[in-house]
Amino acid sequence: MGILDFLKRKPEATATVARERLRIIVAQERSTRGAPDYLPMMRNELLEVIKKYVHVDLDAININFERDSGHEILELSVTLPEGKQAAKGENKDEARTG
Amino acid sequence: MTAEIIVVTSGKGGVGKTTTSASLATGLAMAGKKTAVIDFDVGLRNLDLIMGCERRVVYDFVNVVHGEATLKQSLIKDKRYDNLYVLAASQTRDKDALTMEGVEKVLDGLSAEGFEYVVCDSPAGIEKGAHLAMYFADHAVVVVNPEVSSVRDSDRILGLLASKTRRAEKGETPVTQHLLLTRYNPARVAIGEMLSVKDVEEILGIEVVGVIPESENVLTASNNGIPVIVDANSQAGQAYGDTVARILGEERPLRFIDVPRKGFLQRVFGG
Repeated sequence: MGILDFLKRKPEATATVARERLRIIVAQERSTRGAPDYLPMMRNELLEVIKKYVHVDLDAININFERDSGHEILELSVTLPEGKQAAKGENKDEARTG
Repeated sequence: MTAEIIVVTSGKGGVGKTTTSASLATGLAMAGKKTAVIDFDVGLRNLDLIMGCERRVVYDFVNVVHGEATLKQSLIKDKRYDNLYVLAASQTRDKDALTMEGVEKVLDGLSAEGFEYVVCDSPAGIEKGAHLAMYFADHAVVVVNPEVSSVRDSDRILGLLASKTRRAEKGETPVTQHLLLTRYNPARVAIGEMLSVKDVEEILGIEVVGVIPESENVLTASNNGIPVIVDANSQAGQAYGDTVARILGEERPLRFIDVPRKGFLQRVFGG
């Protein structure tokens, strides 16, 4: 790299941004890989129900689907917001169905 | 004897599947293996151009599948290598012209003819053509560019290889997955403008089988209808040579992944 290139150079390393974005989306897509097609719709409907009682957004619902030998595990976790609405005890509920 | 079936796939289009299929098949033939390369992109035939045999296509893959021509009539013998044959895609039929049974029949026919390797050049996407191209595979070469959409799509393809192939459905040994990073530009990686080999390997959780540097020789080769692996003077050609050797079980270090060192004057004044 020459002097001119050095002076013109932008400090931002966009590869780092790309790497972090990919890490997140790939992990998320892997967690629902092979899961039933209705999962995204179910996630939205669950969100509507939860919203009637607590104000949460879509990112607060995390669905994880795992297939073990012989059985499937659908793991659903909802992160409730901190503060008044979530004042009753824990702010994280987990429901498991087999 | 059964032929080893290698699918070249990616999900995303334009990443170098056909370039890779042509060079991989030619490389296997150069290594003395009797090899056929099949274009699965029905309606968008292109492998014939990259292999330089576009004017010799008489019958195609779909003709064989439908029993309108024999395998022998349809296989196009390569000009350079005696043990290399091309089976072109149909340009006029629609993509539903291929069937699972038809593809199996062709692959069995190639085994019976004594072919050791069959390279299946998959169309882009994850629809029927891509599914048929990967279904019977023993090995998969997943072509990926150091770019966000390509990396994401290749992860999706890796998932499909592990679930939607004959080996997966029958519970056999899984399809061997090989990740091939193409259009790699070490200079842009060095200044943080492009995902590195290590980044891509970490995100996808799989090691690369080769890295093909971005090179003007790839375009030159396709202009001439000569697979770039034949150009032994080009870095891309040599990198494909290394890749084929690794797929055949040889160990070779990665080359052309670092910026070439510059002299003092070049470093001061650029260029």
